[in-house]
Amino acid sequence: MAVVVLPRSLLVLFPGTPRRLEASGATVRELIADLDKQVPGMWDRLCETGPAIRTHVNVFVAGERASLETPVTGDSTVHVIPAVSGG
Amino acid sequence: MGGSTVLVVGTRKGAFILESDGQRKKWSTRGPLCEGWPIHAMAIDPGSRTILAGGGSGWYGPAVWRSDDLGETWTHSSAGLTYGDDGPKIETVWAIARRNGTVYAGVEPAGLFRSDDCGANWSHVEGLTNHPTRKDWQPGGGGLCLHSIVPHPTDDNRVWVGISSVGSFETRDGRKTWETRNRGVRADFMPPDQQFPEFGQCVHKLLLADGRERLYQQNHSGVFRSADGGRQWEDITPGLPSTFGFPMGVHPTRPDTVWTIPLNGADRGRFMPDAKSAVWRSDDAGKTWERCSEGLPQSNAYQTVLRDAMGVEANDPVGVYFGTTGGELYGSSDEGRTWREIAAHLPPVWSVEAAVVG
Repeated sequence: MAVVVLPRSLLVLFPGTPRRLEASGATVRELIADLDKQVPGMWDRLCETGPAIRTHVNVFVAGERASLETPVTGDSTVHVIPAVSGG
Repeated sequence: MGGSTVLVVGTRKGAFILESDGQRKKWSTRGPLCEGWPIHAMAIDPGSRTILAGGGSGWYGPAVWRSDDLGETWTHSSAGLTYGDDGPKIETVWAIARRNGTVYAGVEPAGLFRSDDCGANWSHVEGLTNHPTRKDWQPGGGGLCLHSIVPHPTDDNRVWVGISSVGSFETRDGRKTWETRNRGVRADFMPPDQQFPEFGQCVHKLLLADGRERLYQQNHSGVFRSADGGRQWEDITPGLPSTFGFPMGVHPTRPDTVWTIPLNGADRGRFMPDAKSAVWRSDDAGKTWERCSEGLPQSNAYQTVLRDAMGVEANDPVGVYFGTTGGELYGSSDEGRTWREIAAHLPPVWSVEAAVVG
């Protein structure tokens, strides 16, 4: 199981969700799908039409910026970080 | 009146709730709610105390927020709020309307969604998107947004919608097919011989007045009234200082009484004419207009009021409210004759809804 680290701005949308949680999947797409099973609605917050990771959300696997097709292994740490945007 | 007067206010940085009693002298303010998301539209059901808020986060996409306890706790959902993986990305929710058990959401790019479980799950109203004119819809300055949803109060098969830079449509068969409702509405940004097209008018706000067929709209090119559900429109702009404005309000029981806030012009800054703040009221369905400015700033009032930023509630006398992009909120407890500032320093106000909650 990979460890996923979620940002504060996402946690407040799903009260009770821990900042770090485990999820399974061979790719980021499968990982987010598993997250959505644990936290219903998570897919819609992280992914948009395509499907693709939302434009202003960055997902890093082992420190490298990832797409939905990026492989994930059981010892991966995956960081979800909102992009520098807003105003 | 024994109930609370409640304003739900959508802003660029979250939702706010203001509460007062029937006197409407003192107001309390709560917010920002909805985690500070940009909120374009809100709807409040006085009976159930349910509030719905539509908007979209720049990071996390569009959603409809819901509170069943007058804004104390919230959930959100966008389940089904999509054109599919092959369709355009939905940027935000622009409009929320509720009729019996159905909630409607208007989105950008323009489309209509419905929910039969109070916003938990959504389905696309494909009949509107399949309208033969859809391929020629073009966005205006506010984007290609469906901003006005007007369900008929007694006939669930009928709904009107307003789309920026596209115009008004009506369905009479339960959302399966839609017809344009723009005849007589001017599009003065088109060449002289093309100013009354079938569609392409820039409706800014669409309202139903009498519970049957009387409609009003504030448009990019004037204020218009229809007596037949939008099949034909009549220009009621004469008497107003400008053709341009965004919001309108209608009296809950007297369909001849309406309010609008003309701005100085589409290409002149879009603020109060001569920088003097005023709401314009008609008691004869737009035949004549009265300028109401008592209590509003009369110098250096470079205020802009956007399309959803006016609300009307059903106290006696009726209360009227509007918010500005400068974060000011004004209220009138005498049907728009006199005004006072009831909040300031809010984020830019995008929507105001008012209700009397028992």
